[in-house]
Amino acid sequence: MSTVVFFIFAILAVASAWGVVTSKNIVHSAFFLALTFVGVAALYVLLNADFIAAVQILVYTGAVSIMVVFAVMLTLRGDVRESSEENRKWGWGLFTAGLLFVVIALVILTNTDWRILAGPWTVQNTAASLSKLLLTSYMIPFEASAILLTIALIGAVILAKGVKEDK
Amino acid sequence: MVSTDFLAITPEIAVAVLALLLVAVALLLPQGARKGLVPLNVFGLLGILAYTVYDFFFGKMGPVFRGMYYHDQFADFFKILFLTAAILVILSSREYIGKWPAYRGNFYALLTAAILGMMIMASSADLLTFYVGLELMTITFYILVGYLPHDGRSSEAGIKYLVLGASSSAILLYGISFIYGLTGSTQLSGIGAQLGSSLTPPIILATVFLLAGLGFKISLVPFHMWAPDIYEGAPTPVTAFLAVASKAAAFAAVIRIYLVTLEHQSFVQTGVALLLILAALTMIVGNLVAIPQKNIKRLLAFSSIAQAGYLMVGVIAESVAGVKGVLFYAMIYVFANMGAFAVATYVGQAQGSDEIRDYAGLARRSPLAAAVMTASVLSLAGIPPLAGFVGKFYLFSAVIHQGYTWIAYVGFVMSMVSVYYYLSVVKVMYLGEGADLPDIPVHGAAKFTMVFTMLITLFIGLYPTPLAQMAISAATSLVK
Repeated sequence: MSTVVFFIFAILAVASAWGVVTSKNIVHSAFFLALTFVGVAALYVLLNADFIAAVQILVYTGAVSIMVVFAVMLTLRGDVRESSEENRKWGWGLFTAGLLFVVIALVILTNTDWRILAGPWTVQNTAASLSKLLLTSYMIPFEASAILLTIALIGAVILAKGVKEDK
Repeated sequence: MVSTDFLAITPEIAVAVLALLLVAVALLLPQGARKGLVPLNVFGLLGILAYTVYDFFFGKMGPVFRGMYYHDQFADFFKILFLTAAILVILSSREYIGKWPAYRGNFYALLTAAILGMMIMASSADLLTFYVGLELMTITFYILVGYLPHDGRSSEAGIKYLVLGASSSAILLYGISFIYGLTGSTQLSGIGAQLGSSLTPPIILATVFLLAGLGFKISLVPFHMWAPDIYEGAPTPVTAFLAVASKAAAFAAVIRIYLVTLEHQSFVQTGVALLLILAALTMIVGNLVAIPQKNIKRLLAFSSIAQAGYLMVGVIAESVAGVKGVLFYAMIYVFANMGAFAVATYVGQAQGSDEIRDYAGLARRSPLAAAVMTASVLSLAGIPPLAGFVGKFYLFSAVIHQGYTWIAYVGFVMSMVSVYYYLSVVKVMYLGEGADLPDIPVHGAAKFTMVFTMLITLFIGLYPTPLAQMAISAATSLVK
């Protein structure tokens, strides 16, 4: 059962990722991106990582994709139907990406030594165990990310302000 | 977790507090009083530097936060390096930054946050902690590189750095995910214990991905393409900090991850072969492409690529002597490069140009700046009695001792090549006419920075023992 569900959502994620790249309208790309995020969130649920799945939907689907749409609408000039232009030199890109994919896929599939848990991970309350880890073992990266976000916010404001005053 | 754990990260806490304090003070200060940020920042960092030096000699060392974070002399050595570089950058760039509009006053806060990221990188005992530190440093640099107001080239450099840096981070993360899949751990000690001694394709792939991600930060050939454009477009003080401190932080991570964690496995077999080729390429490409450069920032960019190649030679040696060589060279590289960049910053803001031909007659127009530039580039080229000679001696003798003689020869020959382009700058300064260019006397904090870096470069060249002993004790704290 879960294998079927996995493939449904995995195919959904990959197919919409394809849509992100090929769609000529950048707003469509943004919506495809949201769909990809939903597919990935479903995969997290299958892995019993319910908290991560919720965060994925809230932050990525809810905020990031919508932010992309807003940014497009506020900055776009010209016709939205041709907002994401095609790259003519896709031949070499396809060749390199294909080669890389084959190499990585071969390496991953032929390796038998992956650390796979003996049984499924069945902690019920993942949010509580995550929060404990964040404030004990992972305190330094947690606090450092807080400072990172503050700095990124300040930087965004400063850079945007400069652009506005130029005009 | 005990309270001594927090004592061990006092420098990090202090730097974080200082960064946030600077944000607040920059908002509260009235327009005219913004110059007060410089002494606040410099004296704050000096205090933290003094504590870190004390900690280096007398601190109680050991892993903290359940083995997630190293508190050892190796990390302290790098922290001293980052703080020194930051203080020199701030002092040398006071007038340059003073010309910016008021809302850009947060420059100092951003710079201080970048130091925090580097410190976390140097001490992290866990790939997750390391990655967050790396991103804290890199994201701050994305902002700083595009910081020049009304300058298209700076914005272009910022966007380029953002796109390329994000892709290199993605590759790095992919490599980390491989390692997690193979070992079930992100802690360096756990990875070292779990990786088998045999060499399997996934380990090779993970090694290559990690190296690609870190090689980008080090500007190792072939991951160096971004460096010249971004070094040229970024504000000169940011370029200096990027060339010196960001590179040193990535080297700290390379040494920890490759020498300690992957020591028994893939590194010996694939890593060394790969690194030998990359280090040789880096030295050759960096030095040869530097020759035709007309812009001082581009010249210093290619020179810093070449210097990364020399430092990599010390990593290849895989011994206490090699790590000591890297640490020693990284520290004197700070002083030599900061001297050169202090002059470039000063001349650039006084004349509005970074072209080498505008340095004509600098010896007459600004004797001190010309002398400092000469001392710095000669130290970078490795001419005795300056510090660069001793540093290269340590690096190359360590690698010859391990039996890789040819890479040392590549280093010697390329150092000779580098003398040519370094001296061509000196030639322009001393023999050029520059009759129509203005006199630019140096004063204030920039003068102090220039004199200080020159004296240190000369002093370490004549009497390297104290720094060498610090480097040895830092290296032995790591390679057991």
